[in-house]
Amino acid sequence: MLSTSRSRYRAGLVSMFCVAGLCCSGVLAQTMRDVEAVARERGLSTADLMAAAKTFVPSGEKDEYIMFASSGHAGHVFAIGLPSMRLLRSIAVFTPESWQGWGFGVGDDILAEGFPAGKPNLWGDTHHPALSETNGDYDGEWLFINDKVNGRVGVIDLRDWETKQILKNPLTLSNHGGTFVTPNTEYIIEGGHFALPWGIEHVPIDRYKEEYKGSVTLWKFDRRRGRIDKDQSFAIELPPYWQDLSDAGKGVSDGYFFMNSLNTELATGGTLEGKPPIEAGASRNATDFLHIINWKKAEEVYKAGKVKVIEGFPVITLETAVAENLLHITPEPRSPHGVDVAPKGDFIVVSGKLDPHVTIYSFEKIKRAIDNKTFSGADAFGVPILDFDSVVEARIEVGLGPLHTQFGPDGYAYTSLYLDSAVARWTLGGSYATGRREPSWTLVHKTPVQYNVGHIAVAEGDTVNPDGKYLVSLNKWSVDRFLPTGPLLPQNLQLIDISGSGTNMPVIYDMPMGVGEPHYAQIIKADKLKSWTVYPQVGWDPHTQNIHPMAPKRGNERIQRNDDGTVDVYMTVIRSHFKPDHITVKQGDRVRWHMTNLERAVDATHGFGVPMFNITASLEPGEYVMVEFTADTPGTFPFYCTEFCSALHLEMMGYLFVEPK
Amino acid sequence: MSGTLRDRILGPRVTPIMARTHSLRFGTPGILLLVARVLLLVSLFLPYWHMELQAPQYPDGLHMTAYLNSLSGDVAEIDGLNHYIGMRSLYEAAQFERTVGVFVMIAFVVMLELAAYIHTRWAVLLVAPVVFFPIVFLIDLQLWMRHFGLNLDPDAPLSSAVKPFVPTALGKGGIGQFVTIATPGIGLYLACGASLVLIAALFFHRRAYLPLVRAQAASGGA
Repeated sequence: MLSTSRSRYRAGLVSMFCVAGLCCSGVLAQTMRDVEAVARERGLSTADLMAAAKTFVPSGEKDEYIMFASSGHAGHVFAIGLPSMRLLRSIAVFTPESWQGWGFGVGDDILAEGFPAGKPNLWGDTHHPALSETNGDYDGEWLFINDKVNGRVGVIDLRDWETKQILKNPLTLSNHGGTFVTPNTEYIIEGGHFALPWGIEHVPIDRYKEEYKGSVTLWKFDRRRGRIDKDQSFAIELPPYWQDLSDAGKGVSDGYFFMNSLNTELATGGTLEGKPPIEAGASRNATDFLHIINWKKAEEVYKAGKVKVIEGFPVITLETAVAENLLHITPEPRSPHGVDVAPKGDFIVVSGKLDPHVTIYSFEKIKRAIDNKTFSGADAFGVPILDFDSVVEARIEVGLGPLHTQFGPDGYAYTSLYLDSAVARWTLGGSYATGRREPSWTLVHKTPVQYNVGHIAVAEGDTVNPDGKYLVSLNKWSVDRFLPTGPLLPQNLQLIDISGSGTNMPVIYDMPMGVGEPHYAQIIKADKLKSWTVYPQVGWDPHTQNIHPMAPKRGNERIQRNDDGTVDVYMTVIRSHFKPDHITVKQGDRVRWHMTNLERAVDATHGFGVPMFNITASLEPGEYVMVEFTADTPGTFPFYCTEFCSALHLEMMGYLFVEPK
Repeated sequence: MSGTLRDRILGPRVTPIMARTHSLRFGTPGILLLVARVLLLVSLFLPYWHMELQAPQYPDGLHMTAYLNSLSGDVAEIDGLNHYIGMRSLYEAAQFERTVGVFVMIAFVVMLELAAYIHTRWAVLLVAPVVFFPIVFLIDLQLWMRHFGLNLDPDAPLSSAVKPFVPTALGKGGIGQFVTIATPGIGLYLACGASLVLIAALFFHRRAYLPLVRAQAASGGA
């Protein structure tokens, strides 16, 4: 009797749960048992399910962070959501990109601004994106990016995610050491790479030591205008080492920046003549030089006019830099990659590729050594060398091929290990040591990555307030991680969960990157960005971020033939028609085609493609665009909307008639 | 009957002593008329009518709000979509009504002000138009919907697919992939509230002044 009633009770309970389960999960009553079944079928482990649970972002939900990554020689910048690792979009900068219409009628002027010596160079090699900062923290307003191949800097406005300026360095080519910003984005620092004669003039290699120059350029950023102000910018001449990656001081070290160098041996190669290749010559010495530059002092010197004008650009000469006490160097492990300043600005971490240690310098000790002139001598160019032992705080053996370091919020630092294909977690000392089990300056753990990691990026991990949580390992080789894609393989961007402590830092996602080669990336909290969803007003010119006076308005569409033989077309664009849709010009006419996208709905972008004349434009809601071309080929040309904008998208077209002479 | 036409319209006056001794009786109609005036004035600044359009590609929906003198919200977007079915721009609808709306409301307030001084049945003439105003608003709205929906441009892109129809002025409707939801705005509720208050005002007006009017008639005039 009792047992019966109990079993009835149980049955009742079970059915109640089933009903509750049905109610809770909607039509499909899924249980963890079903999840287990799928996992078993697909051979997924608990760790795999955990990784999926940590990274999966359901449809309609948003990522927590956005990572801006360079794209290497694709010449763009990528925006990737974290933790989902979904590619959100690319931003065209140095390389024309037809989806955005960049360089096919739109942005041509900006691209042309950056042509070296006016020569069209239609690709770039982007390496190190730098988000604008306020008080050492990302403010989400601007993004800067270097072009290593031609020594250029691009400025991207993060309201509309478009490139606004490309500036060519007048002194040199190649700028692997950029871009990095000072804590309030006073300056965008563009470090060099290969030493070159000023203005890239022809100088035989045997005059390398005398006439080849190293340099760093400090571009003044005018935040109100959203442009680099070339007239307030200057460069500092440096020895013909290959100055490389740099990082601005912050907190206690605000006012300084730190810059690696390689090839302090001044190797110049000459393999055909039987001389050692540069890779050997440049790695001969056990140490290279960390450059310590007082930029606030340099700014004073520049403002006092103590500069030499070279190629029309003010340069603080090496002689002046030494005399003014604004440049010091100190030995660092050879062939270094990264130099990274700890969140409070008190420690500077350098990794030499060929030394298994990270070397940590104390800013306090550097400052003391500068003040007390604790020099171990001067280099061949007269630059005082701070005594290594008096500025080093610690050296930690982390593994083979250490490259770049990022920081967490909890006193952990992370260093990429290229040769080991791993990411090392180690502990900072000093004021970072509180509330942590591990001793200071100790290697804690190494997580293997696949494979050949270059840079790493931690969420806000190079700011004064690192978030931790996520680390992305930007791996150069993917080898066996993805399906074969021919001999050219995608990069592998691996997401690592660093929210745990100690040895808990698993890889939780592999993202194939098959459209470029990201080098460095920065990860910003998504809610710091204040992106526009549509342009603020109809007729908006993204270049001036204002309404353009020539923007065609509804009801004012026309074709205007001018006395000088040019033709202005004023066209409006809205779902699903162009007005006017018959454009007749004469062969040889110079045509300026003004267009306004009248749309106000989010995502109601129209494209504009014209055959034969190499024109494509992207017209985002409210945007004004002007394309200019010479109608040199007679004929009948259908132009059309290249975005699938509406149900009648295929009908959205017009004819360009070019009457023969 | 005696007295001037003015006296006959204004009706018997209330002496200060009577007003003091029967303050509730003679105060109520005036207070209610004042409440109605306030409600109407406030409604001028509030929406009278909302239309929401829901469709998959507009996750936040499209919203249009009609005030007595203006339209706001996603009107341009709705117009843009309406061109596919050949519906005229919403800005062309009720242009006269929107132009005079504010003046009509001011006239209403003046009429109610005057009504407070008239102690005869003539007060009804001034109050009644205001009472019926919300109904007139809705009828006008319905007529415009009908006019717009039934007079589609036959040359529009989708004219062969969408036949003329009458959009719903209040409640749920649909066109294409859009679900339309039309609801009264808070301004219209206030105007309706004013109507109810005015009906009450007329009731208390009659209770207060009818005995005086009758007494005056019985005494053959003052």
